[in-house]
Order: sequence, then C-alpha cells, then structure tokens
Amino acid sequence: MMDSTNILKEAFDKQNDAGGNLAAYQQENWNMFSGLGLPAIKHEEWKYTRIRNVFSDKLIINNDSHLSQDALDTLILKGTENANRIVFLNGRFLEALSTTTDSTEAICIKPLETAAGDEDADFVNINLGHSQRYHGDGINALNAAFAHGGVYIRVNKGAILNNPIIIYHVSDSSQGLRFSQPRILVNIQEAAQVEIIETYINMGGGENLTNEVAEISAEKDAILHYVKLQNEGEKTNHAGTTHIRQTGKCLTHAVTITLSGAMVRNNLNMVMEAEHGESHMYGLYLLNGNTLADNHTIVDNAMPHCFSNELYKGIMDDASTGVFNGKIFVRKDAQKTNAYQSNKNILVGDNASANTKPQLEILADDVKCSHGCTIGKLDEDALFYLRARGISAENAKSMLLHAFAIDILAQIKNEQIRAYAEQLVGERLSFDI
Amino acid sequence: MLKINNLQARIEEKEILKGINLDIKPGEIHAIMGPNGSGKSTLASVLAGREDYEVTGGSVEFMGKDLLELSPEDRAKEGLFLAFQYPVEIPGVSTTNFIKSAVNEKRKYLGLEPLDAAQFLRNMKEKMKLVEIDQSLLSRSLNEGFSGGEKKRNEIFQMAMLEPKLAILDETDSGLDIDALRIVANGVNQLRNKDNAFLVVTHYQRLLDYIVPDFVHVLYKGRIVRSGTKELAKELEVKGYDFIKAEVDQELA
Repeated sequence: MMDSTNILKEAFDKQNDAGGNLAAYQQENWNMFSGLGLPAIKHEEWKYTRIRNVFSDKLIINNDSHLSQDALDTLILKGTENANRIVFLNGRFLEALSTTTDSTEAICIKPLETAAGDEDADFVNINLGHSQRYHGDGINALNAAFAHGGVYIRVNKGAILNNPIIIYHVSDSSQGLRFSQPRILVNIQEAAQVEIIETYINMGGGENLTNEVAEISAEKDAILHYVKLQNEGEKTNHAGTTHIRQTGKCLTHAVTITLSGAMVRNNLNMVMEAEHGESHMYGLYLLNGNTLADNHTIVDNAMPHCFSNELYKGIMDDASTGVFNGKIFVRKDAQKTNAYQSNKNILVGDNASANTKPQLEILADDVKCSHGCTIGKLDEDALFYLRARGISAENAKSMLLHAFAIDILAQIKNEQIRAYAEQLVGERLSFDI
Repeated sequence: MLKINNLQARIEEKEILKGINLDIKPGEIHAIMGPNGSGKSTLASVLAGREDYEVTGGSVEFMGKDLLELSPEDRAKEGLFLAFQYPVEIPGVSTTNFIKSAVNEKRKYLGLEPLDAAQFLRNMKEKMKLVEIDQSLLSRSLNEGFSGGEKKRNEIFQMAMLEPKLAILDETDSGLDIDALRIVANGVNQLRNKDNAFLVVTHYQRLLDYIVPDFVHVLYKGRIVRSGTKELAKELEVKGYDFIKAEVDQELA
C-alpha cells in the first residue's frame, strides 16, 4: 500500500497557495511535519495506536461534500435545540450551519482564519499551537499545517452562557476514507462559565480518519465543563488532542466517553499555570469488537496549591483493547499539590486486553499524589450475590457493568447530554426485567 | 420440602462435606450448629449454588426438583433464599432497584405479572417496618458503606420481599449486637408460617433464644453427628463443642 505523502503534499500546496492570515504558521508546521513524519510504533507515546497504518494513499481530502440544514437537523442531539451549535464538515468549520443562541455580548464564534487577523490576533498568536509543548509529534504538526479551516470561540469576561456549545464533527465517508482535521481554539475569559460538548458523526458509512486539535485557555475564575462523546461506529479512526490551559485560578472539568471506533486516540491535557487551580478528568471507554481506544492524559502542575482528580474506567468486550496512560507532572515550585489518579478496567471478552501506565514525575517535596490502576474480571462474589437473589447471570453481568460505568456518566453536567450518554450506555449494557 | 441425601462436596482438592443427610418439612425451623471449619457455611453455599464448590456425591431434592441441577438464579426463583454471612457491597446498584429486579424476575418465572411501582412501594414499606430498616438506606448503593448490622438487616429485608419457601441464614448472628439480633430474629419470627421453613446456621446458641428451632443438628468434620431438639443447643452452650468432638473422634477412631 502506498503511503499518504503525495496526497497530503498536494492538499497542503493547494491551500497555502491561497495565502491568508495563517499561511506562515501553516508553512512552519508543514516543515515540521515533513521532518518528523507520522509517529511509528517505536514512538513510545504511540506504541499501541498504529495511526500511521491508516494514512494510506486512499485518504480523501476534498471539498466535495455537502451538508444541508435538513440533514443536519436529523443529527442534532435531542433536547439540545437551544444550544450554541458549531458544525464542522470534513474538518472544516461550516459557518453557514452554525448558530449562536447566546448573546453577542457573551460569546463570539468565528473562523480561526479571521481571528488571526483581527482584535483576537494576540490571543491566537500566543495560544495557537500551545499543545505542541506537550505533543511535539508529526500528528499535531500535521493538523496545524491545515489550521485555517478551524474555529475560534471567545466567551467574554463574566459571561455565564445560558446554553452549552455543542460542536458537531460531521465527516462524509461516502467517497472512501475521509480525512478530516478540525482545529478549535477557545478563549474563556475571566469569570466566564461555559459547557463545551464535542460529538462526532460518520455520515456515509465508510471509513474515516480524523486528526483533531482543540486548544482551550481559561482565565482566572472561569469554569469549563467539557465533554467529548465518541460513538461514530466501527469504521472510525480518530486521533484527537484536547489541550486545556488554566492561565488563572479556575475550574476545568472534562469527561471523555468512547463507545466505538476502529482506532481511537484521545490526548487530554490539563495545564495548571496558576495557584489554587482545580481540574477534573473523567473517562469511560466501553469497547467491543476490535476497537482500540487509547487515552493519554497529562496534568501539569506548575504552581503551588493545585488540585486535580482523574478517574478513567474501561470495559473491554470481544477482542477490544483499552489503553490508559496518565502523566502527572509536579514541577519544583508546585508545593502542596494534590493530584489523584485512578484507572479501572474490566475485561469481559476472552480476547480483550487492557494496558495501563501511570507516569508521575514529582519534583516538589511537599505534595499529595496518588495513583492506582486495576485490571480484572467481573467480581464473582457480586455476580453470585445477584444470582442468588434470582437475577439471571446475563442480567447480573449487565447490572454490574452498568453500575461500574454509571458514575463516570454522572460526571456529565449537562442534563441532555448525560441522558443521551446514559441511553447509549444503557442500550449497550441492557438488562431486561 | 428439602431432602438432602448423603451430600458430599469439596473445594479444590479438599473434601468438606462428607455425607450430609437432612430432611426439612414446611413449617419447621432447623438449626445447624458446629465448631469453626466443620462445613456449616459450605453446606449453605452448596445449597445456594455457589460454583466454587464441587458436589462429588449425593442428592438434594427441593420442592420435588433436583436442586443441584438448577442454576443459582433458578434456585432462588424456586423459593430458596440464602442470607449471606458476608453480604457483598455493590457500588452503583441501588438497593431498591436491585430488589425490584429480583422480585419481578421471580414473578416472571412464576408466570405472574410484574409489580407496578405503587404495589412494589407499598410492599416495600410494609417489609421495611418488619426489620426496622430506613428508606435512606435503601436508596443507597447495595450494602455499600453499610454497618455489619445494617447489612444483616438488609438480608432479612430482602428475604421478606422475596418470600422464600426455604430461607438459609448463614451465621446471620455473627457480628450483631444484641439489639440488632433481636430485630433480625423478630423479622424471621414474623415471616414464619406453616408453609415455609428455615435453616439457621450458627456457631452460637444465643440466636436460638430468639429464633426457637424445632430441630438442632451438630455438624462436625463434614457430617451431622448429633441431632436433637433445642435442648441440644442448650447443652452445647453449657459444655461447649469439645465433648461432642471427643465423643465423635472416639467413635471414628
């Protein structure tokens, strides 16, 4: 199989010939990507997720897809009609179908290309590409080389949004292996409060590959609740980074739910640059078939008195694979850091596997950090207890798995999204009485 | 109701039950006593269907059916109930939902309509009084963070909800203070009727002051070595198990 080099080069040349505010940034990243290449499995950070294998000469990169309002309406999550809606089609921000329901005093949503040349240019210059300090690999650089199709979101100082921001990533795989590279930059200003939900739709039933970078910066006293919900189906490949930076003391909370896919890689970073910051990271991967889901998280404590809590849970059925890698950095000045991390896995399928690796690098000497990980089968004593009350083995198993998963879903603050996630998980782990 | 004939069972390579015979009729309360390690809890577990144990011989008939052929859940639905010595904590499963599932699965098995929410609630309130269990406990995750006494009361509450024909109480008295013991015993006594039966497994005679048995059996080294009435339990209380051990060991020698 041929690799994707020529296809990517052609697409890059075509877009950068058009110039624009991001042309220099993109060129720089293209050069970087050309030097680094795609991560191979010998790359320690990518040893389980063989993303390079998906980059073949079959990649489809073009603007030939169309998404009508009617088609979009069928994809909208129930009960979220009032949400601020951002639509990406094949990795490009589709302004025409995006809607802002909060006031313009509270929120501004516009193309990243525009933001790079107007009053938000300073923010863009400082924050665009901040995630590369943590992910200096070719995948991130490749996304950056195509950043011009991205979106910029500003939540203004003091604004408490009435409605969540829901980002729909629609990818059209009807022509073949669709390649999408969404780019998101979010500026949450002082004391603003916002919920951001990302969800993904594979339209067309073919294979697709998404390489996404979302960078979010939150100022002091801001509150962010972020959800990434993945249920695109078994033909989806995904490499995504959500990079959350706390520039002031604030609260950031992220929930990552992965229910299907061929190969799914999620990077989640919490960079805590101010004292007394608080961050929460929750994840659920409920896998079957041959799905591989790989969650890499980083908590970087740069300043004292920060708190972070992290809980990821996995259920692997059939021949699926779950990977968790959790890094916690506590820098020399970050005294009195409290950082907790836990990863729990249940293997249901005979050919399922789980790989878990906590990585703590602690340079301060007065901190509280804990980590724990478990990989096991369902608790036999609990199963027997339920069966001894007359509950069938199958229902008992579903009940226990459901109970295991449900406390992650309970972390989703938005009621409609939580109900939707509960419904999806409930259908997968159904028990009938 | 229950006929155990020469039941033998082992766990891994260790023979634990070496030929148990026991006949329980409706309306009866039987107590199984015995020193630690005699096989009391094994007998309870084997009857409930725990798969860690391998039955190597004998038979058990329950309500005319071959009990050993039934899965644990079908045994429960046929009317067997085991009050666990160590009730399992199950985070994330609410006690109420769990009991509702159990009650309705049993009803389905018996060809009855499931209870609707109102009927279930009414039923639950009534049975809660019986074991003096609080609503707040039942809305929590099953047994999670319950005290020892709360767990045992929850077992009796579940028993009351499921209305079994035969209830096996596996050392329900262990770890209970005297007040909790009275509550548990009171629950059992109120549920007792001419159609159901109880098998009370205990190490101590104390419980039998409150749940008065019709028959007392002493289990030692995997066999029932003495059977009698409640007077046998009193005798054990005074003399301890040593005199029986000595007698039996002499007989075996």
